[in-house]
Amino acid sequence: MATQPGVESGDGSILAINGVTKLFGGLRAVSDFDMAVPQGRLYGLIGPNGAGKTTVFNMITGLCPPTEGSILFDGQDLVGVDSHRITQSGVARTFQNIRLFQNLTVLDNVRIAYHTHAGYSMVESIVRLGRFRRQERNLSERAQDLLAVFALQDRQLEVAKNLPYGEQRRLEIARALAAQPRLLLLDEPAAGMNPTEAESLMELIHFIRDRLGLTILLIEHQMRVVMGICEWITVMDFGQVIARGTPREIQSNERVIEAYLGKRMGKRI
Amino acid sequence: MRRRLIIPSWIPTLVVAVGLYWVVSYANSTARITPYWYSVIQLAAITAVSALGLNLIYGFNGQFSLGHVGFYAIGAYGSALITKDFVGKWSGGQFSALSWIMAGQAGILVVLFVAQGIRLGAIRKALRAALDSFMKGHEAWTLVTLVSLALVAFALAVGVAFTWALQRGFLFLLENAIVALPETAAQGIIFLLGLLNGGTMAALIAYLVGLPLLRLSSDYFGIATLGFAIMVYTALQNSDMVIATMKGARGMVAIPRWTTWAWVYVALGLSVIVMRNLIWSSQGRAIMSVREDETAAKLMGIDIAQQKAIAFAIGGFFAGLAGGLYAHLFGFLHPSSFNFIKGFDPLIIIVFGGLGSMTGTIVASALFALVIEGLRVVLPQGFEDWRFVIYPVLLLIIMLVRQQGLLGTTEWGWLRAPLPPERAVPAPAPVVSRTGVSEAKDV
Repeated sequence: MATQPGVESGDGSILAINGVTKLFGGLRAVSDFDMAVPQGRLYGLIGPNGAGKTTVFNMITGLCPPTEGSILFDGQDLVGVDSHRITQSGVARTFQNIRLFQNLTVLDNVRIAYHTHAGYSMVESIVRLGRFRRQERNLSERAQDLLAVFALQDRQLEVAKNLPYGEQRRLEIARALAAQPRLLLLDEPAAGMNPTEAESLMELIHFIRDRLGLTILLIEHQMRVVMGICEWITVMDFGQVIARGTPREIQSNERVIEAYLGKRMGKRI
Repeated sequence: MRRRLIIPSWIPTLVVAVGLYWVVSYANSTARITPYWYSVIQLAAITAVSALGLNLIYGFNGQFSLGHVGFYAIGAYGSALITKDFVGKWSGGQFSALSWIMAGQAGILVVLFVAQGIRLGAIRKALRAALDSFMKGHEAWTLVTLVSLALVAFALAVGVAFTWALQRGFLFLLENAIVALPETAAQGIIFLLGLLNGGTMAALIAYLVGLPLLRLSSDYFGIATLGFAIMVYTALQNSDMVIATMKGARGMVAIPRWTTWAWVYVALGLSVIVMRNLIWSSQGRAIMSVREDETAAKLMGIDIAQQKAIAFAIGGFFAGLAGGLYAHLFGFLHPSSFNFIKGFDPLIIIVFGGLGSMTGTIVASALFALVIEGLRVVLPQGFEDWRFVIYPVLLLIIMLVRQQGLLGTTEWGWLRAPLPPERAVPAPAPVVSRTGVSEAKDV
């Protein structure tokens, strides 16, 4: 297997990033980045702090369009497409620092994701007739089902900011799933969790992938956590790909160890 | 799931609402309150309608707007023009204002639909590619100016065409139909038309103004809307140059005084119902998500530009409706009633009542009128002007003691968020527990 950086073939992949570069002023946050995520894969994107991982996510979701290159999702170029349209076409994400709708209830946080296919118009909601009642019940139940899967159903009327940290993380994933994605981007879902919590979260991610048949792209800079669940890993450092491969290959890759531990330490090991 | 309420929440709310209406009508009909206080109460309810609109924009959608008074003014003049024209009809006038205004709105609507079509369709991509090559040699603003000029020209062309058609056909029929009706009925219809026109005009202008301005982040948007309010004020001062009956800085007179407690109260009631039903629906959730976190809202598939424009337009409609009621309350309009200092009144009310609380806005509107007018009664002769010393001090104290406003975001009775519908089938068992994932559960 290719453990050295190289171009991955984009055939049959749900997400293909080709030669993407992002400049912030004079800073090359990401340079000439390639990645191909096959359908149904649990794919890891790792690297030390400041390697440009989150910038890659921001480029995929349209928050900061790349300076150069193309991002193909299911054969469609996402460059220059508005963020909300990218989400509607089937990409959802979570954030490194949790971004829930703090003052809304847990249930409403999830129900917002159904807005684009709520199935009733504004006028119908104002007169409370027609499809409103039926559709509102329907989407509330779907949201509740989703919350139940994440053991949040007893919290549904609580305001999101009052949840404990671990539950907020779970809610954010539930909310992203409610957007009915085919590709789910998770940005450091285990950040701030203790090893046990992280372990159970990883199991959960595995479960979601198997049950819903999603493709999951995961950022994590704790290498140990990601090794357990990812099937394929791309390692970034200073905006460039430094290695690709299975977790085992990555673990023994010299450049990766160097990037994480520094040159001298890396040599000593 | 907790369900504490056995009595549906709309029953106590309806009782209070009907009771309030009856108390004021009774007090007026038995002359227990002076006509002065009667109009103060009406003005308080009118302000509540306008403030509800601003609460939708600022409290629920999170867009800090100082331009609300501009929409209030547009609604006032927009409705007064129509009703005054109608009154003039009895002395041989014409329905010209109605036709012109309706035609203008039709023109704007057509432009909006066309613009929407371009935005949605595949034409957009082609246009963008063409623009990109064109833009290389030109400044962006040149292009924007050209496009807006073209759109305005188009709107005018459509407007003129519509005016012609309206005056020839539809209005001729309408005129005859209305004149044939008994006077009170005709008056009601015209008043309603006038109010609706004031509202839709304000909403359309809010939408058009909102499209470019809502790109700005909160504080800058506030300043820009302040600019809009001043523009409206200046335009009104010089309005006699365009429409003679608006009389510009001399003030528009002889507007029929048709506003009654019933009209005001029904308008307030409908505004509350519309607002409540809007907020507790998918649309309302989308509007609130923009306030909470724009980035997260975008990534939930919500078109935040659209949500902001919708909230701004609906808020503008409420302001316009309130303006129309105001115009017909005193029968006299002067631009100085709409200067930007007045624009702070609804803002003070919603902040004082609680941003994001409809109940708070209504209560605060009543208290606001009560404090301003009540102090006039309480203070001894010759000290009336001290109202504006005492009232700001009161505001200061309230803001220091309760930053979240009187009610925060809490609602009362029927205005509260409805509980999610009762489930026929129980929710599936959780897959996640504190310790991990247990397998083989149905999702």
